[in-house]
Amino acid sequence: MTTTAQTSQPGRTASTTPTQRKPHPYLPMQVLLAFLVVYFLIPFWWVIVNSSKNASGLFGGSNALWFAEDIDFVGNVVDLFSYDNGIYLRWLGNSAVYAFVGGVGATALAVLAGYGFAKYRFAGRRFSFAVLLGAVMVPPTALVIPTFILFSQLGITNTMWAVILPTLLNPFGVYLMHVYSRDAVPDELIDAARVDGAGEFRAFLQVALPLLRPAMVTVLLLSVVASWNNYFLPLAMLSDNTLYPVTVGIGQWQGIASANNAGGTSLWSIIIMGALISVIPLIIAFLSLQRYWRGGLSIGSLK
Amino acid sequence: MTTPIDEDAGAHAHDDAPRQTSVRARTRTHREPLRRQLTGWLFVAPFALVFLAFLVAPLLYALYLSLYRDALIGGRRFVLFDNYVKAFTDPSFIEGASFVIRFSLVLIPLQMVISLAIALMLDTLTNRFMRTSRLLIFLPYAIPAVIGALMWGFLYSRNFGPLTDVFGLIGQPAPDFLSRDLIFAGLLNIVVWQWAGYYMIILYAALQGIDPTLYEAARIDGASTMQIILRVKIPLIMPALVLILVFALIGTLQFFNEPQILRYLAAGTIGPDFTPNMYAYQQAFSLANFNYGSAISFALGAVVFVCVYIFMFVTRKRGSFLS
Repeated sequence: MTTTAQTSQPGRTASTTPTQRKPHPYLPMQVLLAFLVVYFLIPFWWVIVNSSKNASGLFGGSNALWFAEDIDFVGNVVDLFSYDNGIYLRWLGNSAVYAFVGGVGATALAVLAGYGFAKYRFAGRRFSFAVLLGAVMVPPTALVIPTFILFSQLGITNTMWAVILPTLLNPFGVYLMHVYSRDAVPDELIDAARVDGAGEFRAFLQVALPLLRPAMVTVLLLSVVASWNNYFLPLAMLSDNTLYPVTVGIGQWQGIASANNAGGTSLWSIIIMGALISVIPLIIAFLSLQRYWRGGLSIGSLK
Repeated sequence: MTTPIDEDAGAHAHDDAPRQTSVRARTRTHREPLRRQLTGWLFVAPFALVFLAFLVAPLLYALYLSLYRDALIGGRRFVLFDNYVKAFTDPSFIEGASFVIRFSLVLIPLQMVISLAIALMLDTLTNRFMRTSRLLIFLPYAIPAVIGALMWGFLYSRNFGPLTDVFGLIGQPAPDFLSRDLIFAGLLNIVVWQWAGYYMIILYAALQGIDPTLYEAARIDGASTMQIILRVKIPLIMPALVLILVFALIGTLQFFNEPQILRYLAAGTIGPDFTPNMYAYQQAFSLANFNYGSAISFALGAVVFVCVYIFMFVTRKRGSFLS
């Protein structure tokens, strides 16, 4: 890969006049990139193609990467949403609740704390911040089993709260908001608001918050993705399948279908369709919020 | 995309990163009026509560539980480090731990080289094709690990996958990535596919933040493209590289979702003790062995913490991200 980069022209300055030199100085690199894009898209393509097949199309030994004779896309969607009294729709709804409540809550806490760390000097601040940085390095899954045991003693396992409450914890989000608040909100601006008679909280809401918007969207998106994609935590916490998020639900279907390989053939087509539909909401979110996260994701990695 | 950070970094007369708070910050703490200190605490308080309840409390509780053993006869009994001794002499835990460590050692360099190479390519040229590629390569990040593993599981599968057809064309038997010999490669591919795009976006954003006049200056000094990459671009994005390395390390050592999902498809290859996290899950939820499960969780958390901490300490001069 690097050899390809070597033959091409470097830097943004050269990119303005590539057509004037040779026909396509960047062609080898673009071809390589096209191959990579194909690789990254193959699983999506497989799922789209195979979600249109019925059981005989799936197992009939037809081409795995192309559509079967009879496309049964609608039939599979109907099967998916009617299976087990439409439990799939419920799972989607649960995922949305977990992702939304957990994501918004985690973001709100991160914005407040990040701003507090960046703009106030209080006793114990340095120590608390050091502890926070240490917490970034604690793997979240190491907390799942102890949290489960704690929750079971409080009697709140197998409830929505058992999934939502632990997702409120996002130390990395606090770190990002701290870095961003420190650099994007000038102290002079807050001081000016104070001189004008605004209280501390009003200065935060009306002066600082609008400036923090790009970082907020990024932290929100990261938190929502983390809770939408979460698997270990809900798998441990929930035993009632009407509370499952879509990840745990599909995982369970897949276990059932694999266990009885012969009888489970009809389940495979709804699993594939379920996988396809479950990825659509986040893809839409990412495509529509591009302009925010593209810049925001680099917070904390720039000096 | 540039962020306000690089636009006005350095424009700040006083940078109050915790490491640099020396005498000046300490004297400022005392000068700050008490009421304002209290406001600072109020901003941090809601997160602090969540932090205590869902991080500190579970960790302490896990530590407590891990020092006891529940027996049918005699009830709960204090055993000090017996559970840890058991874990570190338990072949299941040792093999799981050695698997995730070997996996990290292969995965992390591979993933970093791939995401860096793509980021460097995307940084060279901007047109519609490059912009679209960037987005499409990033897309797997939005896919739940469970679904990603499921999709690749299908692609690897003898029943549904295209590998038999593809290798049939050249008259070769298809490799079985769910078999004992190739599961390492199979999982490697899934994780690279899932995360390379995310890391690429972080690196790409960092590359875009570099002042292009540096490249011209280097070129005037006679630097080749390769030299510009190695001597200008990579050193300048070092904080971003450290950031993704830490993410990758934390993520890989707690490996759970992908092998857990492929377990069904790769029956016999992936056991319930394939990774330490799967083993802890099995101990706690299949065998109701909560003390031992807690000990494994705590040991795993401690190992990850120490590994990352040592890494950060070693790389601190290179511009670590947490500073």
